Amino acid sequence: MIEEEVVNIRSEDLHKKISEIKNAGYEMLVDLTVVDWYRKRDNRFELVVNLLSLSKKKRIRIFSDIPNENLECKSLTDIYPGANFYEREAFDMYGIIFLGHPDLTRILMPDDWIGHPLRKDFGLGKIPVQFKNAPKV
Amino acid sequence: MFAPDNIFTTTLDKAARWSRTQSMWPVTFGLACCAIEMMAAGSSKYDLARYGMEVFRASPRQADLMIVAGRVSQKMAPVLRQVYDQMAEPKWVIAMGACSSSGGMFNNYALVQGVDQIVPVDIYVPGCPPGPQSLMHGILTLHKKIMEGEINR
Amino acid sequence: MDDKEKKQKENIQDSEYWATNAEQGGWSLSSTDEGSQEMEKEETPEELDIQMGKEIIDDYIDSETPSSEDERMIVNMGPQHPSTHGVLRLQVELEGEIVRRVKPVIGYLHTGMEKTGESLTYSQGCTNTTRMDYLSPFFNELVFSLTTEKLLDIEVPERAKQIRILMTELNRITSHLVALATGGMDIGAISMMVFGFRERELILNFFEKTTGLRMNHNYIRPGGIAADLPDGWERDVREILEEIPKKLKDYDQMLLDNPIWNGRLRNVGILTTQECFALGITGPSLRASGYDWDLRKVQPYSGIEKFEFNVPILNESDVFSRWRIKVLEIQESLKIVRQAMETMPKGDYRIDDKKVTPPPRKRLDESMEALIHHFKLFTEGFKVKEGEAYVAVESPRGELGCYIVSDGSSKPYKMHIRGPSFCNLQALPVIMSDSPIADAVASIASLDPVIGDVDR
Repeated sequence: MIEEEVVNIRSEDLHKKISEIKNAGYEMLVDLTVVDWYRKRDNRFELVVNLLSLSKKKRIRIFSDIPNENLECKSLTDIYPGANFYEREAFDMYGIIFLGHPDLTRILMPDDWIGHPLRKDFGLGKIPVQFKNAPKV
Repeated sequence: MFAPDNIFTTTLDKAARWSRTQSMWPVTFGLACCAIEMMAAGSSKYDLARYGMEVFRASPRQADLMIVAGRVSQKMAPVLRQVYDQMAEPKWVIAMGACSSSGGMFNNYALVQGVDQIVPVDIYVPGCPPGPQSLMHGILTLHKKIMEGEINR
Repeated sequence: MDDKEKKQKENIQDSEYWATNAEQGGWSLSSTDEGSQEMEKEETPEELDIQMGKEIIDDYIDSETPSSEDERMIVNMGPQHPSTHGVLRLQVELEGEIVRRVKPVIGYLHTGMEKTGESLTYSQGCTNTTRMDYLSPFFNELVFSLTTEKLLDIEVPERAKQIRILMTELNRITSHLVALATGGMDIGAISMMVFGFRERELILNFFEKTTGLRMNHNYIRPGGIAADLPDGWERDVREILEEIPKKLKDYDQMLLDNPIWNGRLRNVGILTTQECFALGITGPSLRASGYDWDLRKVQPYSGIEKFEFNVPILNESDVFSRWRIKVLEIQESLKIVRQAMETMPKGDYRIDDKKVTPPPRKRLDESMEALIHHFKLFTEGFKVKEGEAYVAVESPRGELGCYIVSDGSSKPYKMHIRGPSFCNLQALPVIMSDSPIADAVASIASLDPVIGDVDR
């Protein structure tokens, strides 16, 4: 059975702490994503990293705040090369800049798209549908 | 329109329309879940080969029919238009499924709400995904419309 | 007489018209155009070997001229191409026939499902996630339901768990059949396509009887499943269990010892275990490289620990073993389906909690409370307390995970699905580099990407 652990780290130590955790036996990066706490917390963006240790059968989930002023964070691609696509997706969807990433460009949206879709102040983009016999509003 | 409709041109016209329906070759434009149902329609249980259509040409220059199977995103829309432009006349378009007919259940920023905003569509096949029988009904309706002369190409 | 013969012999020997009279200085060897017919005397053993063909001079590899940058060509395998893995674009830099660099470009199927998931309630969420990985829709619904149930802290009844396992293992068989069919067609075995889709029709028939749809079912929901199994389901499952092993023998007969199949797939596209760990790749690709990791055994979900089955492991980590593992996994899934069918418990197919599952339709005429619950559940949805959860299951492509953050309302605050194909695509530059372009199609087919999972 796999045990799970939840850890909170400050953003300055993130890169160093993750290298220590990797040397402690967590070989695989499973997931990297960002949560947008718009107006619910002071610090708007929070980075969530899921790591997995196959030899010890443990998972660890790491939370870390991203500073509000410049939205920058050190990239994890030199520790885990599998974080490449995940960081590009976080940049595309939320606007977080990862320093040291080999190719930080948009991955899911077209290259000339303006805005970051998964932020809470980006609307869904719903087009209102008029049904045929409904009274026109 | 300006020439008189004598017996010679009407039968020639009918013969031309009949020959166009007999082996339309679709171009592979399977995007998402509807593509799997299109492949199932081409396989052995629901056989598209009896209408002469099992050959899915990869090159748009050799195809007559474009079955848009799946959801068209904003990034894919210029590619769709380019493939449509490369097809030679006469050409027809079937919008298969809810997502290509009208945006389907995804009414949001990322999808084109209906592929008829980009290319002219002849037949809409509803369903999510439409089963192979619905797709074949759509194709046969297209054949009927061409035979009766409703679609003039 | 002797004098005359002697003179004749001298004449013959002295004359100039004997073409092959080399020793007498007639036509000499080097005066013909065709070059030496005999071996020259001043030859070193190395030159002799080259003339006899024992040693090959390969100018391409041994030449000292460096290959310049403008000999490379960038080729685009565009979003619309006949190897039907979906809309994936590859920019391939070729040097002659060897691939040097590959850059995959994705995003041509991005549907904004994570943003849509934030505006749908928890019981509507399954209609959204089921369309992500469209070859294995039951797995997407299962992982969303399991995460919601972990947040709600509820436990579904035994019959519901077993029916979920029955449907997901049948779905694993259909997904592997499509992978084998389209992979075989890409490499050239076109009858594999017809075989694969024909077997799939039997199972899709059963799905249509149970859930109403052949694909994208919306059957596994938080709190249980949508409806119970129909009457006579055991007969259908028994027919599936009898037909498919016979047809698997057909595939083995056609492909396993076939010299063309072996020659095209063995020792191609090697992906070692270290590379899998570094890139985060799980699933059949990791098991084909020799490491034993299957979430059904290590982190069992929904009661799968009761069933006995093996996890096939192969050691060669090439395209052939990734193909072979899929065939072996189909056989193991058939074992699980048989055990699930024979030991199906009786009971409820969804949990009895009134705040989560809607009441049966008959009770709506009788009780006011049932009417109010039905109304609240279908307009507003059930509320989930604050927190966050991550659950992972073993889908046919790897580890499929769902991460939900809830803020106490009836819609998720953030829903993120960790798709296995998104991660597996990062292996493409690794396995395609420094190998001929003819192996590119086989490598992509072996990784089995489903673009709905990549782009969401």
